[in-house]
Amino acid sequence: MPKQPSTDTTAPATPTPTQSLLPKGLQQLVRDSGIAIALLLLVIIFSALSPLFLTPGNISNIFTQIAINVCLAVGMTFVILIGGIDLSVGSLTALCAVVAGTVLKLDGLSVGAAILLAILTSIAVGVVCGLINGTISSLWGVPSFIVTLGMLNIARGGALQWTDARSIYEFPDAFNEFGTSSLFGMPALFLVALALVIVAWIVLTRTVFGRLIYAIGNNEEAVRLAGHNLLAYKILAFTICGASVGVAAVLYMTRLTVASPILGIGFELNAIAAVIIGGTSLSGGRGSIIGTLLGACIIGVLANGLVLIGVGDFIRQMITGGVIILAVILDTYRLRSMRRGG
Amino acid sequence: MIARRTVVKSLVALAVVAAFPLSQTFAADEKPKVGLVMKSLANEFFKVMTEGAIAYEKKRGDFVLTAVGMKDETDFDAQTLAVESFITQKKDVIVLAPADSKAMVAPVLKAVKAGITVINFDVALDEAAKKKAGLDLAFVGPDNRGGAKMAGDALAKKLGPGAKVVIIEGNPGADNGQQRKAGFMDAAKEGKLNVVASRTAMWETEEANQVFTNILTANPDIKGVMAANDSMALGVVKALDAAGQGGKILVVGFDNIPAIRPLIKSGKVLATVDQFGSEMAANAIDLGIKARKEGKSLKGWIKTPIELVTAENLK
Repeated sequence: MPKQPSTDTTAPATPTPTQSLLPKGLQQLVRDSGIAIALLLLVIIFSALSPLFLTPGNISNIFTQIAINVCLAVGMTFVILIGGIDLSVGSLTALCAVVAGTVLKLDGLSVGAAILLAILTSIAVGVVCGLINGTISSLWGVPSFIVTLGMLNIARGGALQWTDARSIYEFPDAFNEFGTSSLFGMPALFLVALALVIVAWIVLTRTVFGRLIYAIGNNEEAVRLAGHNLLAYKILAFTICGASVGVAAVLYMTRLTVASPILGIGFELNAIAAVIIGGTSLSGGRGSIIGTLLGACIIGVLANGLVLIGVGDFIRQMITGGVIILAVILDTYRLRSMRRGG
Repeated sequence: MIARRTVVKSLVALAVVAAFPLSQTFAADEKPKVGLVMKSLANEFFKVMTEGAIAYEKKRGDFVLTAVGMKDETDFDAQTLAVESFITQKKDVIVLAPADSKAMVAPVLKAVKAGITVINFDVALDEAAKKKAGLDLAFVGPDNRGGAKMAGDALAKKLGPGAKVVIIEGNPGADNGQQRKAGFMDAAKEGKLNVVASRTAMWETEEANQVFTNILTANPDIKGVMAANDSMALGVVKALDAAGQGGKILVVGFDNIPAIRPLIKSGKVLATVDQFGSEMAANAIDLGIKARKEGKSLKGWIKTPIELVTAENLK
């Protein structure tokens, strides 16, 4: 649930700063390795059931398939860490894609210039919408659930209006080829997503801004009283989320070589699921980017493995839903035992 | 403050007055009033269909058209509201593409009882539900099953008996999704194709790309793919490109959307099916007005044209 700016309901549950300072990194490692073990178990089960699962081609497929969700989930992690939520990312992916797609097809630009401009446009659209989400929810204290629900509709309507409901296609070959290219045996799409993960990891664990993101999720009031510009940091978290949507939109376009105004329906739920399976608390303050990456891997491995072993469409959907709930239950147990032990 | 509010209020009132009764006054000149209830206007196919209907109104000029579309293809709630408001506005003819073939029977019955001529097109209302409600209504629309069989037949002819193929289904809960799958199965049975997998990608490009990539991993020896719409065929072709199989494994689609045409030209897509969406709504309106004027009711299934589109006859 999104947290109201004025309440401090999470404060009693939070360990005091002195307690959490050193063991926190260690705790995170234990938490992440728990998710990693779950992922490993899934991989073992699927490799036992299908000889095709652990082939290089299939592994490469999985990485390609999760790239977009990883991008979205990285941005979503920032927002959820401060106790917010962003429901607009799916629609926003469509808006970024159709605007960038239009730029990509502008006459009179060289191919290189068009591609560069399209990428920048996509990120710029994401940044502006993220900025609006963040500003409205922090400045007026409107729950981000509501603001981003509004943005979900605005972005979708905007994408439809922009294109008059038509798909944009026939992008330059150089742009389309990137979607199927690979480097060091890894799909280029996933490498982009991985780069985003690494940058986000550094920001969250090695910078003052990153520490403050966690601190805001834990105890907003304390951060404000310590003299930090709370507003700016909260807005920045939503803006980062918007920027990652811009990147995801470019990945979508180069993978599927089409920008449709109705793309990305439900992407936000997949991204939120990855973040939550990855062990980030929905009330904020606790979680990690590595967990998010692992969470996205779990969703991707499930989607891939269940088709490979021939599980029917409807059962597949039920199992995926069950895993999300199971992950959250396991997480609460892990948290409890850690509290008892520590 | 007060003055400003009054101004705003009167402006709003003026706008309402201007917008509403104007459409009513048109009724005085005896032109039949036609209400068109579409599915999603966010879908290119329905968009083109609506534009075709509006162009038809301009061309004929002897009827007044009000077209409404929904935000998505399953929004039968909003469709019910639209039909009810058309009843209130005393339309002469309502032309409806139902978002749900069972749920829309009740509002249609209400319109028929109010003396409105209702034409059901694009997706047929459920037979059993119609019978139960005592409603006898014609359906104007394409033969989705027959169309899918045409595409499947083209694939079977090219591949020969015994070839392994995959079906990418639309929404398994939607009538046209079921009909197209059935048509593909008919073609597979007749052409002795071996259907190794049949899965839904819910009409969507990205989902089709994911699902098909995984099917291809499990069945690397397939020779053909039958996708229930072109959006999904696009996703399949991208998956084949990524696997280095573009053009080697043949794909057929359905709908003839603009984005599929370059792929038919390049040989990556063997065929698609055109059901002339832009004319479909116009045809239904025409039939509705005619039935209204002649005072007789239409019955049964009035089939609209479909055509197989390949590299040879691509426009």
